[in-house]
Amino acid sequence: MKGGTSLWVGGGLVGLAVLVGVLAPWIHLTDPVLAANLMNAEIPPGREFPFGTDAQGRDIYSRIVHGARISLTVGVISQIANTLIGVTLGLTAGYWGGWWDDLVSGLTNLMLAIPSLIFALAIMAILGPGLTSLLIALGLTSWSYSCRIARAQALSLKSQGYVQAARILGYGDLRIMFTQLLPNMLGPLIVIATLGMGGAILAEATLSFLGLGIRPPYPSWGSMLSEARDQITTAPWLSVFPGLAIFFTVLGLNLLGDGLRDILDPQSVARRT
Amino acid sequence: MADALLELDDLAVHYQVGSRFQGGVKALKAVDGITLDVKPGECLGLVGESGCGKSTLALAIMGLVAPTRGVIRLEGRALGARPDRMETARTVQMVFQDPYASLNPRQTVRRTLADPLRLHGVGDKAEIEARVADMMARVGLRPEHADRYPHEFSGGQRQRIGIARALILRPKLVICDEPVSALDVSIRAQIINLLMELKDELGLAYIVISHDLGVVEHVSDRVAVMYLGRIVERGGWREIFENPRHPYTRALIAAIPDPFRRSAATADRKARGEIASALDPPPGCHFHPRCPLRADVCATQAPALEPIADGHLAACHFRDRTG
Repeated sequence: MKGGTSLWVGGGLVGLAVLVGVLAPWIHLTDPVLAANLMNAEIPPGREFPFGTDAQGRDIYSRIVHGARISLTVGVISQIANTLIGVTLGLTAGYWGGWWDDLVSGLTNLMLAIPSLIFALAIMAILGPGLTSLLIALGLTSWSYSCRIARAQALSLKSQGYVQAARILGYGDLRIMFTQLLPNMLGPLIVIATLGMGGAILAEATLSFLGLGIRPPYPSWGSMLSEARDQITTAPWLSVFPGLAIFFTVLGLNLLGDGLRDILDPQSVARRT
Repeated sequence: MADALLELDDLAVHYQVGSRFQGGVKALKAVDGITLDVKPGECLGLVGESGCGKSTLALAIMGLVAPTRGVIRLEGRALGARPDRMETARTVQMVFQDPYASLNPRQTVRRTLADPLRLHGVGDKAEIEARVADMMARVGLRPEHADRYPHEFSGGQRQRIGIARALILRPKLVICDEPVSALDVSIRAQIINLLMELKDELGLAYIVISHDLGVVEHVSDRVAVMYLGRIVERGGWREIFENPRHPYTRALIAAIPDPFRRSAATADRKARGEIASALDPPPGCHFHPRCPLRADVCATQAPALEPIADGHLAACHFRDRTG
């Protein structure tokens, strides 16, 4: 039941984050952007404001609830883009080999050599801040991990007897990739994708923290942390709650990835039953 | 020869190994000029030590590696062009050595058997269903196990699935690459008997590749013995086993463990030393460094594969010397 526990805990945390994001307009206490009231500035957590208020007197709880939408959108969409790019390149490179493999491997090494955050910063600098450019910047810059994994898996799987058997039976290259190779490399890819989702959420936080992501006054967990850093000694709740939100969401995604890997492996299902 | 199912004419597969930066590119002559034919309904045994090119030959016939030279003809058609890949698939199939690596762990038996049928245009669901169930029954599996995954089967059962997959398109020729060497000894006889039954029921021709003469002796009509990419002797089953003319064939036969054969008589026939590297094969007859009959001519001149009797050929300068 080891896979089961992490699946349920991870799924629960991620599910909670998703639920909060979806229900944000109904469960917030005040408007996260407009309900500024300097009379309420920097009130510690208490009965009226469960997570306290920021320097403009906005409710931290409501801002975190709305920030979930941005963090999850960024995490999921950018990681889908990364996985699609990485798996397509890696799988074809590993299976076909030759000049295409050389090209893809070179490109992957290039991407790994440039820190992806620097790359994303450069893209953000060109496109300007905002959610769309954030998605483009994060969705195009960290596919190298899933590409490496997919390539290595394709290389080792393509010499397996069942792949040869499929070729002998007349399967085309695409059919072999989809039916023989891809299902057998899902485990590590899912783990990489969910880990990457956490990474993308952190990258969003970083970019927003650096002022290149979501612009104030709109709330994202990263931009909230960024604004809170000056008051970390005087009003720690400003940074603690967005930090915890990031922490639990990323933790949940990692646990979910582990759990999914276990149940997606038919052999481990047999072992448990 | 026109009625042959498979004809190989001077087939060679050379691999380029090494790189320009590390000691230069060399040609590894895995298969070096093989001429063979297989007739419908016949079983050809292909024997040789590991590394002699048996499996490469199989892959070349299946079109998985490109021949360096020579021709492969299937039912009179020369292979090579891509469009007849599907046609080839319906004519030649292969049973693999390792039943653990040769089945997709994420496909049920049903998918493994039904997908090729769909791919080859059997659209009718009921017919696919019937053929899958029929094939499972033929290879001795229970059709109600069709929705199980490979890991739920034992090694012998997996090999039965592998055989079912090879036969599902109703091919005429099946290449069995070491079909039993990965199995427990107790299972081997069952699988060999199954292969023989299916051969008779379905009118199949086989190429059984093995390093184990005992297996080949049991199943083959004709036998070809390979050494370092070349055929050193071929002929009918009886000629090869009762009147072997190449010293390498004699050495292989002497190496069959058999409590009823007197070991003293065969001890001096055993080959000494290791198989030479295919990267740097000995000049002349490839076998001469290990050969008990070695003479000076062997180191300089490669003997041709020439007939001794009708259908029995050996590549040895001393092919006429018996015993």
